Amino acid sequence: MTQDDHWDIVIKPKEKGLHLNLKEVWRYRDLLYLFVHRDFAATYKQTILGPLWFFIQPIFTTIIFTVVFGGIAGIPTDGLPQPLFYMAGILCWNFYSDCLNRSTGTFFANAGVFSKVYFPRLVAPIAGIATSIIKMLIQLLLFFAFYAYYIYDGSSIGINLYALLFPVLVIMLAGLGFGVGILISSVTIKYRDLSILFSFVVGLLMYITPVIYPLSAIPEKYMQYKWLIQLNPLSSVVETFRYGFLGTGEFSWLSLGYSMIFTIIIVLLGIITFNKVERRFVDIV
Amino acid sequence: MSNIAIEFENISKQYRLGTIGTGTISHDLNRWWHLVRGKEDPYLKIGEVNDRSSKATSDYVWALKDISFKVEQGDVLGIIGKNGAGKSTLLKILSRVTTPSTGVIRAKGRIASLLEVGTGFHGELTGRENIYMNGAILGMTKNEITRKLDEIVAFSGIEKYIDTPVKRYSSGMTVRLGFAIAAHLEPEILVVDEVLAVGDAEFQKKAIGKMKDVSQSGGRTVLFVSHNMSAIQSLTSKCVFLKDGMVNRIGPTEKIIKLYFEDNFSDSLENKLSFIKEDLDENKPIELLTAKIIQSAHSIEVMIEYVVREVVGSVVAIKIINTEEVSILTIIDTDNENIPFRKEVGRHSVRFQIPQDILTPNTFFMTVSFSDMKSERFDFYEKLLSFSITEYNDILDSEKRGGIIRPSEQYVITP
Repeated sequence: MTQDDHWDIVIKPKEKGLHLNLKEVWRYRDLLYLFVHRDFAATYKQTILGPLWFFIQPIFTTIIFTVVFGGIAGIPTDGLPQPLFYMAGILCWNFYSDCLNRSTGTFFANAGVFSKVYFPRLVAPIAGIATSIIKMLIQLLLFFAFYAYYIYDGSSIGINLYALLFPVLVIMLAGLGFGVGILISSVTIKYRDLSILFSFVVGLLMYITPVIYPLSAIPEKYMQYKWLIQLNPLSSVVETFRYGFLGTGEFSWLSLGYSMIFTIIIVLLGIITFNKVERRFVDIV
Repeated sequence: MSNIAIEFENISKQYRLGTIGTGTISHDLNRWWHLVRGKEDPYLKIGEVNDRSSKATSDYVWALKDISFKVEQGDVLGIIGKNGAGKSTLLKILSRVTTPSTGVIRAKGRIASLLEVGTGFHGELTGRENIYMNGAILGMTKNEITRKLDEIVAFSGIEKYIDTPVKRYSSGMTVRLGFAIAAHLEPEILVVDEVLAVGDAEFQKKAIGKMKDVSQSGGRTVLFVSHNMSAIQSLTSKCVFLKDGMVNRIGPTEKIIKLYFEDNFSDSLENKLSFIKEDLDENKPIELLTAKIIQSAHSIEVMIEYVVREVVGSVVAIKIINTEEVSILTIIDTDNENIPFRKEVGRHSVRFQIPQDILTPNTFFMTVSFSDMKSERFDFYEKLLSFSITEYNDILDSEKRGGIIRPSEQYVITP
């Protein structure tokens, strides 16, 4: 038998174990950059307002939320100015769902390219996450603009040291979106039943995440269901974000730690599944 | 150490027929159960040879079966075969787009594959942006692309449109740009599938020229799939002939292409040396009765009998073509001044004699036609008879010479 070491490329039916090939992904970093560039360039081509749309979207959502949930439904916001409260939630939720959607779409969106050229498939979802992060950071500026306005206005919002957890929160949201997205995309390429299921489950997920209400606002009689919200790993991330930047909400290392472990497991699970599926993808899509 | 660039070892690829649905899940569960217990995939044992024309008896089919061969570094290898012979599947496996069901491929160096031109082009981006995009997808770095940008743009011949979104391009321009990028790749192994089939004649010529440059400079290994035999002939020195997912033959291009053509005619290769018309059509003014070929050591004699029912102006013509559909010669009875164009009522016969040893070994088909050479065709039989010429075993009989004719007596060679 020939020794496989002499060869640069060995193509076999199935690789044993986990092959992350991060080295190879690194070699393709230019492609990663170009994917991100394409996502931005292509989205706002032939628009007049261009990148301004990054701001218009969250502003309108905030206005609607303020009117519907704050005004009509009268859901309390921990004593915070309503727009600021909703914007914080929207920022986190939009980022998460953007990561999720981009990762979920990995195989379908790239089916054409994947069936013609080889490159480490992982580049595609990673580029998606990178795009989401940049988009989120841009929208963060808007949040800070609102923030500055309310401080100037004399609102009692207190940023504290927990705001330093922000990078960790970003990684956790990205990880959760990436992991779950990749899992969904890996299992749905063969049996598409699941994509129908997931699309509305994810829509409902927002309601058991404290986006439009703070954890503290859960009425007494629903207290027995609070665990459902706490079980959602997104909850503590959103609450921690508000706690760090706005000074209200619930924060505990325990629930954040739980979310962290959850994230790590889901990312590993996602990558393992992705690894198994990416090589056979073309035959079963 | 040997200079083998790619080694295929028992490569097989199985596909499932039909659609994925509720039926598939039971197979999946069964397969999973076998794997859990450490057993072999039960469905890899079944499956049949990929012959599309017959109805399948099993749910699985082998698109490729036990493909083993080696490619030396610097070789330009053509892969030929009919549609569905497994050519593209093989290239897809080599390009790592899909995996083999069994077997191993080992390769030295970077592989770049060109299964399609302009993969990943985004309509909204400009030509320039797409050069970067497509180049990166094909494995080039940004610096490499920047270095070659001018060259790529010049080769594609669309300088004027380079900053226009690709969605405004004509399909020809898109293909040109796509090929220009691919042609400037510098991998050790280049895999090309049928991409030359697109674009106009001028561009095809340019593309083939570029491919030639690529393959001849720097000892790069090229695998090239095409149905265009003249492209295969001008580019490759060795060929693999795939048939029904298996390697039928490997060898020098000339020989393999001939085998390929012969194989295409395999149904008709049983030489048919005589023909007797059974259902005569009384309405035809002139009609064939019998045709016969008599082969002797040095000549081929064609005997044709026909009947004339009413006086008619017609010629009797025979045309001979070879398996590659190349027309060798056409002979008309009125070439002989003694045979009149105006045919009188009654039974007639005509004899054509062709020297045999002017033709190189091959199989030939004969077409018979009765016509007035202008608008009217009275009776016509395409590829009515066939005959073969086998090896001569003389000094001129070298496979490397190829060609159609060998007029041994007529050569004049002076020192």
